[in-house]
Amino acid sequence: MSATAQTPKAAPRGSTASRARATRLLGDRRLPVLVTAALFIAMYVAGLSRYQNYGFGEPQVFLNLFIDNGYLLVAAIGATFVIMSGGIDLSVGSMIGFTTMFTAWLVERQGLPLLLVVPLALAVGAFGGFLMGYVIHNFEIQPFIVTLAGLFLFRGLCLVISKESISINDASVGTLAQTRVSLGVGDLSIGAVVALVVLAVAAYVLHYTRFGRRVYAIGGNEQSALLMGLPLGGTKIAVYTVSGFCSALAGLLFMLYIQSGDPLHAVGMELDAIAAVVIGGTLLTGGSGYVLGTLFGVLVLGLIKSVITFEGTLSSWWTKIATGVLLCAFILIQRTMTSRRKA
Amino acid sequence: MTTTSRWRALTHHHLFWPVAVLIALLLVNVPFTPGFFSIDMTDGHLYGSLVSIVLFGSPLILVAVGMTLVIATGGIDLSVGAVVAITGALTCSYISDQTDQNTLSAVFLAMGIGLVAAVVCGLWNGFLVARMGIQPIIATLIIMVAGRGVAQLITDGQIITVNSEPYKLIGGGYWLTLPFSVFVVTAVVAVTVALTRRTALGLLVESVGGNAEASRLVGIRSTRIKIMVYMFCALCAGIAGLMISSNTSAADGNNAGLWIELDAILAVVIGGTSLAGGRFSIGGTVVGALVIQTLTTTIYTIGVPTQTNLVFKAAVVIVVCLLQSPKFRAKVFGAKGPEGPRRDAAPVEPAPAADAAPKMEVSR
Repeated sequence: MSATAQTPKAAPRGSTASRARATRLLGDRRLPVLVTAALFIAMYVAGLSRYQNYGFGEPQVFLNLFIDNGYLLVAAIGATFVIMSGGIDLSVGSMIGFTTMFTAWLVERQGLPLLLVVPLALAVGAFGGFLMGYVIHNFEIQPFIVTLAGLFLFRGLCLVISKESISINDASVGTLAQTRVSLGVGDLSIGAVVALVVLAVAAYVLHYTRFGRRVYAIGGNEQSALLMGLPLGGTKIAVYTVSGFCSALAGLLFMLYIQSGDPLHAVGMELDAIAAVVIGGTLLTGGSGYVLGTLFGVLVLGLIKSVITFEGTLSSWWTKIATGVLLCAFILIQRTMTSRRKA
Repeated sequence: MTTTSRWRALTHHHLFWPVAVLIALLLVNVPFTPGFFSIDMTDGHLYGSLVSIVLFGSPLILVAVGMTLVIATGGIDLSVGAVVAITGALTCSYISDQTDQNTLSAVFLAMGIGLVAAVVCGLWNGFLVARMGIQPIIATLIIMVAGRGVAQLITDGQIITVNSEPYKLIGGGYWLTLPFSVFVVTAVVAVTVALTRRTALGLLVESVGGNAEASRLVGIRSTRIKIMVYMFCALCAGIAGLMISSNTSAADGNNAGLWIELDAILAVVIGGTSLAGGRFSIGGTVVGALVIQTLTTTIYTIGVPTQTNLVFKAAVVIVVCLLQSPKFRAKVFGAKGPEGPRRDAAPVEPAPAADAAPKMEVSR
């Protein structure tokens, strides 16, 4: 499977070609992303018409989607890399929790400056991801079970650091959290800006570098990638390292967002991240998808939350049900798409 | 020489390592809790550490037994925790609506409703996996995510408490001096073993796990087998859900059965069932579940801070998986050849040479 998404624009003309065009449209790799984007727009418009008088139309409401879901976006981007390569990473949530705990502990209890703590936390996250990737590749154990061990380990380490939550009163953290970047119509937090930067970098790496191509190739068909002479091990380990790094960064953003460390932060966030990636149209078997799709996946999940807030009468558990229903719908779309392509 | 070969036969039995770990864990407790193995009789009930390990471990054993069959077909079921929550929520909300919560018929009806819901969840999972051909991790992720929401919807976000004597029996009651849940677990395990080992069903499950397409070609209805297995797994999870909610007399949509799927998978792996599918061991799974429960109890009794529980579990997962990985064993044990054959060396070992060797260490 090649990584390119180039579908000939010039579809055959004439009525006889209409079926071929339909098949081609269904086989287009961009279709899931477009469906998600359309869904997002439809939901947004529906929200606009329903909550017009409650200020839903204000640009800041839209920007808040990024502010409130920046950490999820970063985590989901890490998960995109892993899923694109055909693996899965279940340790995302506990890595986020661990990072909040670790930084809070270092900053508050040990009095280390934030400038030192941030690189340290990122390094720990990346190293954790590296270790998992190393075990997955070198000992041929399923990613699922190795990252499950990672999930236990990091959640356990959170609790080892402290059982109670540590609130962060550090001045520099407070300033960072309060800083807003003005965009004219509204403003973004530092976390949202970082998330968007990560998005841009990830899109560049995945779609325009050699490493990105290898990730697609391995996800498409590991055996063929190996026969082509691609460095299978290095790429696989790198993918999990990227995921670990992104999780740690997401943890830092989450810590900034919530300004505390708690051993129970971000429990189950790996599911949100995986759901966002799937809703964003990345094939779970790997080898096909876009980082931009992940952005829309996260935005759709975020929008569900805001709509539920605006609705007021709906309870929070509807978020879970809606996520599950969406997940199901998109998995079925993926399924019909892949079976068409094979036929 | 005969003792050597007997010893070899023993160490090569598939239950040897799980049982050895279990015994070792139990023995660790003895220096810390002198009366660890003693069982007292109070008020006609048996009390003691061993009894409580079995009592608190029984939901896990149930879920893990169901999970074993799913894993044997090459699948995995992440939704069991959510199914536990849904079953508990439905049953408890039905019972709490009754004017007389002690009526037997109402309790049975409530349990029936809960279990039917569980089986429906399993049917849905099986349908997605077997008919639609979606990877099991993802197919069951749907209910894992949405199921907790549904459970909270049923309980309206509250923790529903019930006050029903007959219902209390399943998870917290005693019968013939033993916790009632022990009988439930024994019955389920016995039925499962009978169905899989005394009929061809187990063979069919293993062959589907070994190669679903080949099994279909030799005439096994692999789709039907898979759907059945997911339904059975969900049923087991449902019974576990009844136990958990009955033990606390409450249904908590958010926390009931939280992470039990991970513990169950861990139990299955410790028990020696390969995650790749194709073979399974119910006995191993039961021992594996007991190992996990004993680990939890041990951590409490020897005074290690309870929060390190998860770190221990992670260590166990890593060690067990590394030991199961052929590549790891080849790298670590294979390199030190003379150290002696491990359990994996058995098939390639020339048998006469091993018998003639006076000691295991020099047999190669």
